[in-house]
Amino acid sequence: MRSEASFPLKAAAALGLLFLHLPIAIIFLYAFTTEERSYVFPPPGLTLKWFAVAWERPDIWQALGLSLQVAAWATLLALILGTLVAGAMTRARFFGRDQVTLLILLPIALPGILTGLAMRQAFGVAGIPFSTWTIVLGHATFCIVIVHNNAVARMRRLSGAILEASADLGANSFQTFRHILLPNLGSALLAGGMLAFALSFDEVIVTTFTAGAQSTIPIWMLEELIRPHQRPVTNVVAMVVFAATFLPILAAYYLTRGGSETAGGGK
Amino acid sequence: MTAILPVRGLADRLTALFWRHPRFLTALLLAPPLFWLVAVYIGSLAALLWQGFYSVDDFSGLVVEEFTLSTYASLFKPANLSILWRTVSMAGAVTIASAVLAFPIAWYAARHAKGRWKAVFYLGVMLPLWSSYLVKVYAWKLILAKEGILSWAAEASHTTPVLEAVLSLPVIGGPSLSTSYLGMFLVFTYVWLPYMILPLQAALERVPQSLLEASSDLGATGRQTLWRVILPLAMPGMVAGSIFTFSLTLGDYIIPQIIGNSASFIGMAVYQLQGTAGNLPLAAAFSVVPILIMLVYLGIARRLGAFDAL
Repeated sequence: MRSEASFPLKAAAALGLLFLHLPIAIIFLYAFTTEERSYVFPPPGLTLKWFAVAWERPDIWQALGLSLQVAAWATLLALILGTLVAGAMTRARFFGRDQVTLLILLPIALPGILTGLAMRQAFGVAGIPFSTWTIVLGHATFCIVIVHNNAVARMRRLSGAILEASADLGANSFQTFRHILLPNLGSALLAGGMLAFALSFDEVIVTTFTAGAQSTIPIWMLEELIRPHQRPVTNVVAMVVFAATFLPILAAYYLTRGGSETAGGGK
Repeated sequence: MTAILPVRGLADRLTALFWRHPRFLTALLLAPPLFWLVAVYIGSLAALLWQGFYSVDDFSGLVVEEFTLSTYASLFKPANLSILWRTVSMAGAVTIASAVLAFPIAWYAARHAKGRWKAVFYLGVMLPLWSSYLVKVYAWKLILAKEGILSWAAEASHTTPVLEAVLSLPVIGGPSLSTSYLGMFLVFTYVWLPYMILPLQAALERVPQSLLEASSDLGATGRQTLWRVILPLAMPGMVAGSIFTFSLTLGDYIIPQIIGNSASFIGMAVYQLQGTAGNLPLAAAFSVVPILIMLVYLGIARRLGAFDAL
């Protein structure tokens, strides 16, 4: 096998990446347009005023606050539950192991509209009013798998011998967890947590069903898409959200680098 | 252990218990997440599907809470069957297109990119994956609109006749790209492509170099190596990716609403039936279709080893 890539391969890979990024660049471009109502290309002029307008809009700040709050709680819950499953899955081959894998995978393998609709029905039957917590409940359910994937990938690479060594030296299970397992898992959990956070922050389909009248950033954006108010403001928010997710993804990449090929591999 | 070390308290006693009964620890670890997933998730899903056994009274429009199979049977009406067929074909087309587009990117990133370029490729896929879904749909609305960038580019490069010829094709064409199946297909492919690239790349990274060398030592051409060695080994990754591209297209209700010719898809049908139409039983019956399809799909995927590639 040649070690140098052939030209068609290089071209196809480059074009593929371009295909993935051009639309995002267009969003950026239209955040600076002077034309408020339509999207003529090329934009008639460029301005910075939409950033100031977006800054003054209280509805954006409120949605942003709720999104951050929901993402933080959902991530925390997913971290706890995902790590527990990962621990059980790497420890032993037990009856029903494949079924558990399936169960964890189901919330993201099934369309989000089902998760959302099912939960809304359940909240209705149980008489639970919509609140921040109903959104968190929905988000945590599909964030578990991301934390689980990251933790399992790291645990597989971890030698079982160091856990046995810890036990031989007299540490009990909890000490082993605290001093041996947790430091080794730390960066994988941080990476999984960041990806879960980004996923929750961006989720719209389940949220439309579990939010009631509350508005997270994606819900706000959906409303702006259907009933545009000041179109370029939507672009400004989109740009800020993009920049805000760039950092955790970059961090997650550097945290799981070095052999962990499955990090973030499955959303 | 107790013979050598003094017992220091509850933690030690529990450790001994875990040691003697490893299953106890496994059960303890699994209990909270399984409780969550079964009670919160499976429970509400089952309650929803049960609604499908109820029906809606044609005159009052109210849900009749009596067991009946008529709602599920109405899925086989021609109008509803065409929705199912349309959605599944779209999901299949999107999955195939994603696999074809993803392969060169994944292969280059897995086998050729080194150091800094590896990071560029990884982030180049991760960023579109994690950037807002709505933002991406919105971007394509701008690109595909009648006065949008694609029309502008076609005019600037004097290829407008080509664009018009494509749009005049039966079924996939339409008045403009943003109101045609072709446009919808493009947007779906764009939005779900990264989900295919990542597992595929992970699978390709695990293809041993020695096998490729052996293949060419035995006289295989590059094409033969690709078809007979690389693709079979990459299959679990491709199937893992297709779980996402297929399922996400199957249930999406926002893209068909914003791009396309208002023809109904499963997700849209469910959304409208439970909302404005107030026909929750039929919405539930429609929901069963993607669940059944995905359960079969996941069953096949597990056999092909896709779960290890996730």
